[in-house]
Amino acid sequence: MADPYDRSDPQDPASGAGWVEAPPRMGFFTDTSVCIGCKACEVACKEWNGVPTSGLDLLGMSYDNTGALTANSWRHVAFVEQPRPAGHRPAADPAGAAAATGDPAGPASATGGEFLGMPAAGPPGRTGSAQGRTDFRWLMMSDVCKHCTRAGCLDVCPTGALFRTEFGTVVVQEDICNGCGYCVSACPYGVIDRRADDGRAWKCTLCYDRIGAGMTPACAQACPTESIQYGQLDELRERAAARVATLHERGVPEARLYGHDPHDGVGGDGAFFLLLDEPEVYGLPPDPQVTTHDLPKMWRRAGVAALAMAAGAVVAFLGGRR
Amino acid sequence: MIPERPSVGERFRRFRERLRGDTPTSAEPVRPGRVGAGPDGRSGGSSTGPVDACPTGVTGGGGRAGRGPGRRGRADADLAVPPAEFTSYYGRPILKPPVWTWEIAAYLFTGGLAAGSSLLAAGGQLTGRPAVRRAGRVAALAAVTASAGLLVGDLGRPERFHHMLRVAKPTSPMSVGTWILTAYGPAAGLAALAEAAPLLPERGPLGLARRVLPPVGRVAGLAAAATAPALGTYTAVLLSDTAVPSWHEAYPHLPLVFAGSALASGAGVGLLAVPPAQAGAARRLAVAGAALELFGAHRLETGLGLVGEPYRTGRAGRLLRAGRALTAAGVAGALLGRRSRPLAAISGAALLAASVATRFGVFQAGVASVRDPRYTVLPQRERLARRRADDAATDTP
Ligand code: SF4
Ligand code: SF4
Repeated sequence: MADPYDRSDPQDPASGAGWVEAPPRMGFFTDTSVCIGCKACEVACKEWNGVPTSGLDLLGMSYDNTGALTANSWRHVAFVEQPRPAGHRPAADPAGAAAATGDPAGPASATGGEFLGMPAAGPPGRTGSAQGRTDFRWLMMSDVCKHCTRAGCLDVCPTGALFRTEFGTVVVQEDICNGCGYCVSACPYGVIDRRADDGRAWKCTLCYDRIGAGMTPACAQACPTESIQYGQLDELRERAAARVATLHERGVPEARLYGHDPHDGVGGDGAFFLLLDEPEVYGLPPDPQVTTHDLPKMWRRAGVAALAMAAGAVVAFLGGRR
Repeated sequence: MIPERPSVGERFRRFRERLRGDTPTSAEPVRPGRVGAGPDGRSGGSSTGPVDACPTGVTGGGGRAGRGPGRRGRADADLAVPPAEFTSYYGRPILKPPVWTWEIAAYLFTGGLAAGSSLLAAGGQLTGRPAVRRAGRVAALAAVTASAGLLVGDLGRPERFHHMLRVAKPTSPMSVGTWILTAYGPAAGLAALAEAAPLLPERGPLGLARRVLPPVGRVAGLAAAATAPALGTYTAVLLSDTAVPSWHEAYPHLPLVFAGSALASGAGVGLLAVPPAQAGAARRLAVAGAALELFGAHRLETGLGLVGEPYRTGRAGRLLRAGRALTAAGVAGALLGRRSRPLAAISGAALLAASVATRFGVFQAGVASVRDPRYTVLPQRERLARRRADDAATDTP
């Protein structure tokens, strides 16, 4: 298959990074269809990893007062409130039509104001009947570092602070990082961030310390609905495919996987997701690409420009009398 | 506990005010830190607030849709969302804005200036123009010293700058740049030092230095000039090798802009410091640099589609336009002022200012392209659609 984006990377990044007899690649599968937005993952992560507070503020973004993944938030639960007109899906949804494999006007939309997530802020059933419900749904998703197969942050780190672990994850060594900030701009998901008062870059480590001891990462351990599942990546991928099939069967045609495909722009994510809408609705890039994919071309262009520069100087000095 | 309460109330009040409408949110730090504090971050703007509009949290669903993760076409007018379909998470940027501050933009200039000056100096050295050589060497040392200071100063942990020397990574332009600077810096320094030789006494140990320095300086000057083109252009790759849309997509053109800008600023040094009678080469260098730079900048603005927009609009657009005007003025002044020292000096200063403006403009454009998720989402959507179309074409026999 002549897929120009298929860079056929070894799906075993740990071995690619020089580990011998690496254990199987570990990862997260975050199934947002069962996320209830309890933020236990955010709390557990902070507790276990000793991540400082990120300040208390009200953002006016539904129940999301974390805002984004930052140096001080390694899990972030996104809350999206959506009107969903009964009987038809939004017309202008080209990518949705392409991505959702099922019938776009499937049973899910026919049922109108069905809830997949949490009920309302008021007590459920207050309106007394199903008719009182509105065409509204609530999407929740616990976001995290994707532990890319081809990680931009890792590629550009000039100190070697970021490294690939034997589990195929990407971790910052805090005693090496000098806070150059290159990884922050290189991450196609906007995950890694520099901590203001500390000057170093921080992000999810997939609980390197815990998984090294055979334990489950704190967030997955804390998740009460198993929305966050931890395990061997190939196993998780199978499980995810089965879950999507089940959801499609049950009338949720908009369920789709994100980051599961080893042939995408980052070679697949070590932490991937089941989403119920387009990725950008959750603040995820629709088609992320590792920036170093174009690096050889960039160096070539720079080489040409450097030659032009030298030639300009030569001409300037030899091209006239004075 | 108690001391914290007022601050929370304060924040909540600001938040309520923002929802009521009139206050522009651009300066509102949505969270501590840089995230989402951009000028076009989510603007509470004119639409109804969820808190007021939906007491039960359900009935207000419609009122909510005007803002928030607004589905197509329902977003606020002041969100500057194009009619094209475009969704985002509360208008927040998907990518992190660069944590680099003005130091890096300034370094783009000083690095280029060092490179241009070293080429100028080597030209002067090889073609027997001592005044040009001296000006170039001194400027190069000053610029590379400033560069080092700026680069270290921008680190989150400046005292760990030497961790850059732990590794050499071709996939990291910053690592490559570190090694380029490590090679270039001492060479440029020695060359400049050699210019001090005539000031040394003729006898004693310093007298020896007086005799040894000039040949050493010649070799060092040539070595610096040999690394200069790399120094002047790698910074383009440094910016391009990021996820920042307007920098990344500009990779074919940025090196030309930076190479041209470096040459022009080197020429500026020549025009400023050298009497017009010896500055013919600097004038020609200015023309060559300006041509490269203007060509590259034109491609930036016109050849990139949507992600070229930040190069044309806002602060970046203004800076780049100023850079272009100054470049043109500098070149014109240089050509007209063949005999007038003041005019030549003004032209030189204009060229230097042009280079500063261009570098800051390019830097700003990248930052602006991150702040608006549109530049992240729409090009990726297009790419995805293209790929799906390709796949469909290959799948159907
Ligand atoms: S999501 Fe970003 S921070 Fe995480 S591994 Fe990928 S590039 Fe690095
Ligand atoms: S900030 Fe730290 S982890 Fe990130 S690229 Fe720089 S040295 Fe590496």
